Amino acid sequence: MIPFDFEYYKPQTITDTIKLYHDLDLMGRKPIYYGGGTEFISMARMHNVYSEAVIDIKGIPELNIHEMKDNELIIGAAVTLTQIAELNLFPLLSLTVKRIADHTIQDKLTIGGNIAGTIIYRESVLPLMVADSDIVIAKKDAVDRLPLKDVFNKRMNLEKGDLICQIIIKKEYLNLPSIHVKRTKVEKIDYPLITMVALEKDKKIRTAFSGLGGYPFRSSKFEQLLNSNKSNKDTKIKDAINSLQSFITDDLHGSSEYKKFMLHNMLYEALENFEEGNK
Amino acid sequence: MIKFSGKTVLNLNINGENLDVVVKPSDTLLYTLRNELGLTGAKPGCENGDCGSCTVLIDDWPIKSCLMLTVEAKDKKITTIEGLKNAPIQKAFVENFAFQCGYCTSGFLMVCNSLALHKPKANNHTIQEWLQSNICRCTGYEEIQSAIKSIINNEI
Ligand SMILES: Cc1cc2nc3c(=O)[nH]c(=O)nc-3n(C[C@H](O)[C@H](O)[C@H](O)COP(=O)(O)OP(=O)(O)OC[C@H]3O[C@@H](n4cnc5c(N)ncnc54)[C@H](O)[C@@H]3O)c2cc1C
Ligand code: FES
Ligand code: FES
Repeated sequence: MIPFDFEYYKPQTITDTIKLYHDLDLMGRKPIYYGGGTEFISMARMHNVYSEAVIDIKGIPELNIHEMKDNELIIGAAVTLTQIAELNLFPLLSLTVKRIADHTIQDKLTIGGNIAGTIIYRESVLPLMVADSDIVIAKKDAVDRLPLKDVFNKRMNLEKGDLICQIIIKKEYLNLPSIHVKRTKVEKIDYPLITMVALEKDKKIRTAFSGLGGYPFRSSKFEQLLNSNKSNKDTKIKDAINSLQSFITDDLHGSSEYKKFMLHNMLYEALENFEEGNK
Repeated sequence: MIKFSGKTVLNLNINGENLDVVVKPSDTLLYTLRNELGLTGAKPGCENGDCGSCTVLIDDWPIKSCLMLTVEAKDKKITTIEGLKNAPIQKAFVENFAFQCGYCTSGFLMVCNSLALHKPKANNHTIQEWLQSNICRCTGYEEIQSAIKSIINNEI
């Protein structure tokens, strides 16, 4: 049970939603956007979040779009992980979301909520990072389309009341050779020890990770070393992992040493798979 | 714009019937089903999305009712275990001994019923993907898999 009361709003347009948020904020109601609600409800139950006004964003048509348009894939922020997996327009994203939480929760969890949420893993961001995605954000006075890399640094850099509306991925990225690997401590359904996505574009491998440290990331230094023309795979991988030395942390899922060991093997297999695919 | 504040009478479509029920915006669907409507088939377990014992169908897809607000269910079709009337999966559970204490059973039945509806030719991988949403403390997983496989045209 949720141990406090709130009002529930379900607006139908982006303009109404932004105005409502700011009006309620001025009234001191601590408004919160509500997508799938999986994080809100579980945190509210434990007194980890409080709001007197919940704004359900699932009634806004732009946030429910899920289609190809002008050579771009547009995914509304209120689209659920199951819808993404079923339509499967970006296979790397489908593989990634199919391993977030469990199948039933994927029916409710939204991609916008996973990106904006407070848990550190935010696994659905990873394919978006390697695919140079853009993100459409409604702000108080404007709706902006911005490169994800400019607004995601450890977490989404949103100002109070900013609403994630859509994610846009260019068609040329959708079917490139790619790999998704999620390793957990024990159970298949769990937050990651390491989740890795890798995508090959212009003969270079791009990678993004969750679980290694305190936030999802993509590192240009790491990729440069991984793609170096050294012939020995082990050396390249060691060099790349060494560049992350201080970033890889011990946590409940595994020690940093264990994570480095796992990462080495994951990268080795990934490089072999890409090589195999290029033969 | 839809707005709910304080206690409101909401009309919900549950198991094919339209029912009026008093809800607060902060009520979870699990709470309303059990405490306001007496539909106690959906079971509270973890109330955190982990165990699946509270699973119901919303527009025929499985949802953990502990992670859904009742007000979100407005204009949706809700199916609880009480709405499964001699569905093939119920018979299959009996024939395959797919329950022991029975606490997880309604949740598993709802997931299996939806799986049979949406993926009548599901392979082993898909079956496992769907079933992994639920926990059986009595560990009857093999029997539950046999039950679902017996109704979805799959080699056991
Ligand atoms: C049992 C369980 C297991 C899980 N396992 C994993 C896992 O392995 N990996 C993983 O990455 N995640 C996992 N999650 C998911 C994660 O913890 C969050 O619950 C989920 O990502 C939140 O998505 P939601 O749509 O339900 O968001 P909500 O609860 O609706 O919102 C989450 C936050 O984001 C904000 N928000 C939502 N939508 C928007 C928007 N469009 N614009 C701006 N802000 C917005 C909300 O205000 C809120 O602060 C798991 C969750 C559960 C319950
Ligand atoms: S009670 Fe809902 S998932 Fe456990
Ligand atoms: S039969 Fe007892 S928990 Fe599953």
